[in-house]
Amino acid sequence: MLNTYSYPEFEYQQSAEQASGELKRHPVVIIGAGPIGLTAALECAAQGIPVVVLDDNNTVSIGSRAVCYAKRPLEIWDRLGVAAPMVEKGISWKIGKVFFKEKLAYQFDLLPEEGHKMPAMINLQQYYLEEYMVTECERQELIDLRWKHKLLSLSQTDDVATLVVETPDGVFNMEAQWVIACDGANSDTRKMLDGEFSGQFFQDRFLIADVVMKNDFPTERWFWFDPVFHKNQSALLHKQSDDVWRIDFQLGWEADPEEAKKPENVIPLLKQMLGEDCEFELEWVSVYQFACRRMDKFRYGRVLFAGDAAHQVSPFGARGANTGVQDIDNLGWKLKLNLEGKAPAELLESYSEERVFAADDNLMNSTRSTDFITPKSKSSRIFRDAVLQLAEQHEFARPLVNSGRLSTPTPYINSTLNTADEDHFSGSMTPGTNCADAPIKIQDKDSWLLSELGGDFKLLVINNESAHSVEQGGIHANVVRLGEHFDDSLGLVKQRYDGEQGAVYLIRPDQHIAARWRHFDEAKIKVAIAKASCQH
Amino acid sequence: MSLNLNANIPNPDNFYNRLIDMQRDLSEEEVQMMNAKLILLLANHIGEESLLFEAMDLAKPIHS
Repeated sequence: MLNTYSYPEFEYQQSAEQASGELKRHPVVIIGAGPIGLTAALECAAQGIPVVVLDDNNTVSIGSRAVCYAKRPLEIWDRLGVAAPMVEKGISWKIGKVFFKEKLAYQFDLLPEEGHKMPAMINLQQYYLEEYMVTECERQELIDLRWKHKLLSLSQTDDVATLVVETPDGVFNMEAQWVIACDGANSDTRKMLDGEFSGQFFQDRFLIADVVMKNDFPTERWFWFDPVFHKNQSALLHKQSDDVWRIDFQLGWEADPEEAKKPENVIPLLKQMLGEDCEFELEWVSVYQFACRRMDKFRYGRVLFAGDAAHQVSPFGARGANTGVQDIDNLGWKLKLNLEGKAPAELLESYSEERVFAADDNLMNSTRSTDFITPKSKSSRIFRDAVLQLAEQHEFARPLVNSGRLSTPTPYINSTLNTADEDHFSGSMTPGTNCADAPIKIQDKDSWLLSELGGDFKLLVINNESAHSVEQGGIHANVVRLGEHFDDSLGLVKQRYDGEQGAVYLIRPDQHIAARWRHFDEAKIKVAIAKASCQH
Repeated sequence: MSLNLNANIPNPDNFYNRLIDMQRDLSEEEVQMMNAKLILLLANHIGEESLLFEAMDLAKPIHS
């Protein structure tokens, strides 16, 4: 197989604590240096928390695995300072085509709204994504990346977790006030805690191949139902960087995974799809069966589960890694407030509450896509095919076609951290929603609204002169005022935040809206900050 | 608004005749496909979710 990428090998180093045998208590230890663990490390560093990351391996993801990254995770990575190389290296796309047999059934345009810093979606091999984050982690003094460190067991009391860790130099113990388990769908940490992980397994197998080829296919997502080159199954073609293409074939439940991924079986399949004359090389092949399941709760005492360790979805809709990054967005500031003694451990319960809610939304969407792509009965297949046939002719049937609903953030509409509106607002910026970006100017220089929000609580103030910074129980919410701190040159902030009649938004450190009012009222803001941080 | 369960088809015999006629000479598979399309076309015309769900509930087999 060909390699467009050479895998870095990260150096194992014995830690000072293992060498000296001294038992050290760390504020946060992260298990797993995949995309979610690395994001968690950068998030902790951004919050000022010293953090240790343990990984039992010493390189990045083998094979490209996760491919599509959506706008919201890119915004989070931008807040953490790592989005630029991802966007630069990644492939931006917005057109998706869906074929039924040999005909185009319909096509969609992600139609990204203008005036956002980050694109709607990029495709990028997971190894590049991880490499960029490792590089940034190594630059950060607060992050201690430890390769070839395997967690053997974990025990905990109300205040502290004790980890037994194995390295090439033997076994040692460490303590952590909080543990973030990001060790993937087969999480050992989850097994150590007897974590409940249940849901639905799908009786189907898929072959994924990364293929290197130079051609003039457009940068679009192509999805086939029942194509002539792969009868009665589905197929997907998607471009990544370096002329690497992701190809997915549905195999059916009877397929033997070991046989299916042998090059002598993969290559003829690809030739049927790409044509006899197409020149290509295989880079990576894998066969998978997927599941839609989650843990019953994402907090087990001092251990917080994130990413695939906590929830697993089908790949249709790019909801795996994208959701995991948003777990971390939700978690970082809560850990910081707790470690600083400004919020009780109860605030970490809200991490589980809010992210379980989001996971359920993802699982629902992912399960629905799967039911459309791999119908479970003869009659559901008939309905599926009826939709696809009607979609060729009639506009009404096209929204019913489901080849994956692409990942968008789930607003925490019922969160206990929200303060309900008492004033009337229109638009989508309701409490629990992530803040919309907008282009702004700061001292005549182009900038973006999201760069001014997040990290700490903020008060976004529009058309109000009296608003000032507020302090509640050690938490400060500083004012970001339109006209004083930034100019709304295109009027999009006022429009997206319904600010014409005046608005004061209390914004969480993860750029989600906690509360909003038409007028400034310090007492109400203090109550809302206390609510959003579980202060009593 | 709730689902109209009063007689609303002006010429019921005409409609029913057409419905049965269109199934004639088709294979079981073709009939199922046609009926599925018919459901989708009519459902889209009605559009309102509460009405669709009410009809779906009424159509379900009753298990005691």
